[in-house]
Amino acid sequence: MTIGGVARFWREIPQRYNLIGKQCGSCGRIYFPPRESCPYCRRKSIGKMRDIKLSGKGEIVTYTVIHVAPHNFEGQVPYPIAIVQLEEGPRITAQIVDCKIEDVKIGMKVEYTFRRIQEDGYTGAIYYGYKFKPCQQKQNHQ
Amino acid sequence: MEQIGIVSYGADIPRYRIKVEEIASVWGKNGEDIKRGLGINEKSVPSLDQDTATISVEAARAALKRCNIDPKNIGAIYIGSESHPYAVKPTGTIVGEAIGATPNLMVADYEFACKAGTAAIQTCNGLVKAGMIEYGLAIGADTAQAAPGDALEYSAAAGGAAFIIGKKDVIATINHTYSYTTDTPDFWRREGRKYPAHGGRFTGAPAYFKHITNCSKNLMKIAGTKPEDYNYAIFHQPNGKFPVTAAKMLGFSYDQIKQGLLCPIIGNTYSGSSLLGLASVLDVAKPGDKIFLTSYGSGAGSDSFDITVTDKINDLSRKNAPSVAQLIENKEYINYGTYAKFRDILYWE
Repeated sequence: MTIGGVARFWREIPQRYNLIGKQCGSCGRIYFPPRESCPYCRRKSIGKMRDIKLSGKGEIVTYTVIHVAPHNFEGQVPYPIAIVQLEEGPRITAQIVDCKIEDVKIGMKVEYTFRRIQEDGYTGAIYYGYKFKPCQQKQNHQ
Repeated sequence: MEQIGIVSYGADIPRYRIKVEEIASVWGKNGEDIKRGLGINEKSVPSLDQDTATISVEAARAALKRCNIDPKNIGAIYIGSESHPYAVKPTGTIVGEAIGATPNLMVADYEFACKAGTAAIQTCNGLVKAGMIEYGLAIGADTAQAAPGDALEYSAAAGGAAFIIGKKDVIATINHTYSYTTDTPDFWRREGRKYPAHGGRFTGAPAYFKHITNCSKNLMKIAGTKPEDYNYAIFHQPNGKFPVTAAKMLGFSYDQIKQGLLCPIIGNTYSGSSLLGLASVLDVAKPGDKIFLTSYGSGAGSDSFDITVTDKINDLSRKNAPSVAQLIENKEYINYGTYAKFRDILYWE
């Protein structure tokens, strides 16, 4: 049985598992998800975009709560989706886990965690990647 | 003599919990009787987005956070579990990629019921001793399956622990290890089946107790030690009572086993069980402490270890990752309906 779509996921493993972004070798700006050129330096950045591993620590800029979920996420509703500003600058959209919805706050410190994102039914591949959870340090203070 | 042993360690336990009386109420049983019978109060439950791979990655990352090892120097990853997310496609490949240890890496998944994680430690120990690898990563993790209504439903839990094995900056030396193996059909899961089956009371005397006690006695004979020589002892924990009884049979006191006894508060984490106990002991261990560990895997076999904590444990940044006690404390209770949804007992597409 052939299952399509695995190649696209496989290409994105470095960014999904380890938050590997790109840094422009010309101006130093950091991008996530990774891009092939810097929109500021344009042709000057070509061939100078370097891989950079992001720390996975950041802060919630804003969030929303999903009540009507897309396929593969129905079992998790209601769940928060946040825009997280990473320490290195880029903002990424991700699910917040290991936290009660009423405890999610703007400005909350979060860190990335490794989770199942989706799967192609009961027979297809399982796609893993990042979600965010409250920072360990914060838990220690509670 | 060259020291080989644990260089760093990490643990992960999903934060959802279900109480034994909640499960009992669904099946018309008396929760208090079952709690007393099994010695379990509550168990950990994985959410829909957690499995053996995610628990293994979190535990391995915790181990790496505590030390300064470049993951590229890890030459082997062995993961023991009876709930690998794929029947065919190694969990170790996912973990290797997620911690940045690929591609110069030996990987294989292990299965030996609840003792595959300690088997992974033995393999890494041997490879380091042979000089084939600098560091090996051994993981025991499970999101244990239990059929609805089965006695196992009260105990089958989720969690895991990861150990980096090497010979530089060893925090706990593995002085001796020994295994005891026979063909004993006490618990099994047939190929393609979702839930395991077991021999009921047959899982006790001829299975768990025979292997644990023989393995432990033989290791102490090899090591030339007695139960009172150890500060801590850890025995596999299928329920809250078996390890306490096994300890008593062998001459260990409750004080020696209590730091590693987690089953009453998180359930049986299968391949993670004795290893989470070891992680919990390492969370508080001091230089010179002697640790005794015997795992048990149905089918059946036991692995025993004689371990000595070294001065290097004080240099390990234990605070860089959550302790087992912190992981246990961070919890949220769910009801049986949510449990059924999380464990895929309700089928929908």
